[in-house]
Amino acid sequence: MCHAVPARVIRVLPDEEAQVELAGSRKTVSTALVGPVAVGDFLLVHVGFALGRLDEAEAEATLAALDSLGTAP
Amino acid sequence: MRYVDEFRDPARARALAACIAAEVQPGRSYRLMEFCGGHTHAIFRYGVQDLLPAAVRMIHGPGCPVCVLPVGRLDMALALARRPGVTLCTYGDMLRVPGSRKGTLLRARAEGADVRMVGSALDAVRLAEADPARDVVFFAIGFETTTPPTAAAIRRAADRGVGNFSVFSNHVLTPAAIMNILEAPAVRAIERVEIDGFLGPAHVSVVIGAQPYEHFAEEFGKPVVIAGFEPLDVMQAILMLVRQLNAGRAEVENQYTRAVTRDGNAAAKALVAEVFELRRSFDWRGLGPVPYSALRLRAAYAAFDAERRFAMDAPPAVENKACECPRILRGAARPTDCRLFGRQCTPQTPLGSCMVSDEGACAAYYRYGRRARALEAAQ
Ligand code: SF4
Repeated sequence: MCHAVPARVIRVLPDEEAQVELAGSRKTVSTALVGPVAVGDFLLVHVGFALGRLDEAEAEATLAALDSLGTAP
Repeated sequence: MRYVDEFRDPARARALAACIAAEVQPGRSYRLMEFCGGHTHAIFRYGVQDLLPAAVRMIHGPGCPVCVLPVGRLDMALALARRPGVTLCTYGDMLRVPGSRKGTLLRARAEGADVRMVGSALDAVRLAEADPARDVVFFAIGFETTTPPTAAAIRRAADRGVGNFSVFSNHVLTPAAIMNILEAPAVRAIERVEIDGFLGPAHVSVVIGAQPYEHFAEEFGKPVVIAGFEPLDVMQAILMLVRQLNAGRAEVENQYTRAVTRDGNAAAKALVAEVFELRRSFDWRGLGPVPYSALRLRAAYAAFDAERRFAMDAPPAVENKACECPRILRGAARPTDCRLFGRQCTPQTPLGSCMVSDEGACAAYYRYGRRARALEAAQ
């Protein structure tokens, strides 16, 4: 019930909507809660709405921190 | 899928597990509550507990909206669904939750009630527009993740003048529940559930931000680490909690930086504040009445409030006495402590709400917990 899923914007639609690709399928979602989006943006989608955005640089930083675990405590 | 697969990588999970094992201090125990059912689900699905040293114990919290809805509120929805002229819409999980005398929305539908499953609150508004002769009620439940969508649907109905749409609001607030677990004196006195730190909600925090938890860390001296829902997120957050506890720190840290900021989603919060206001008190299954823990529609949107529109009385609810959900939701019992677990009560034949939703502790134990159960038995 609280589990949003990552989805990539593949088309921006009028009326604060966008077509997204998530887990291999396409879906139209409302972007009213996240403001203007662009093709290629990654959103967190739940019950027909984008609730937030995914930040690529932060994701990379998290993975880099995990990869350095063995070397630095 | 990007942002998913890399956070399920087994090699990284093993490295994290080794790190956690190396850093737990001998003779010390780490009792960590994952508030969210989403985390409970991830912990069981990926066997996270099996990768953790014995000193780290995960306690499952009440963060499953289906599980914490009191039977009485479900009974009210059932009564609403049976009213002539009403179409009751809700998310799929709600259809199989047992109310008093094992009544469910599915059964009401079989008996002729117009109950529809919707994937979005906006679908309910569309249904209302398509059929002006019906009173379409959206039976709304959930934490801060589903509240903004409900608020958006109410706003849309108001903007378009959809007069036959209303909402039966059961939206609840995460920070109020965490606070209750930490301080409810009556509950604490009977069954002390010691908690050393919290795994903070993932997608709830996308909306409300990290800021609301700062108060608990300070006032109760318990660390909170906000964590994503993938297994590596959960494990990294556990490592961060272990490090805080070792160092004697109690701070709010954010593991899920790719999605959560300190302030959350401003537009979503503003929309919720415009449409909803706090209820003085709301009953939670397992926790009892929790002050200022739920939302109802503001007077300006009274026309869309099902509780004002329909005379809805709440007859006393009949709980299944053998169901241990209430104690499980407080972290005071485990699903295997329930004598119905896996016998009469299974995901196909749920007798309590904790067995219905994927996020419920009983469902997670049943689906993925065989190995964990065997380990427990061996201990
Ligand atoms: S196993 Fe079923 S009856 Fe027992 S506590 Fe869980 S949901 Fe309730």
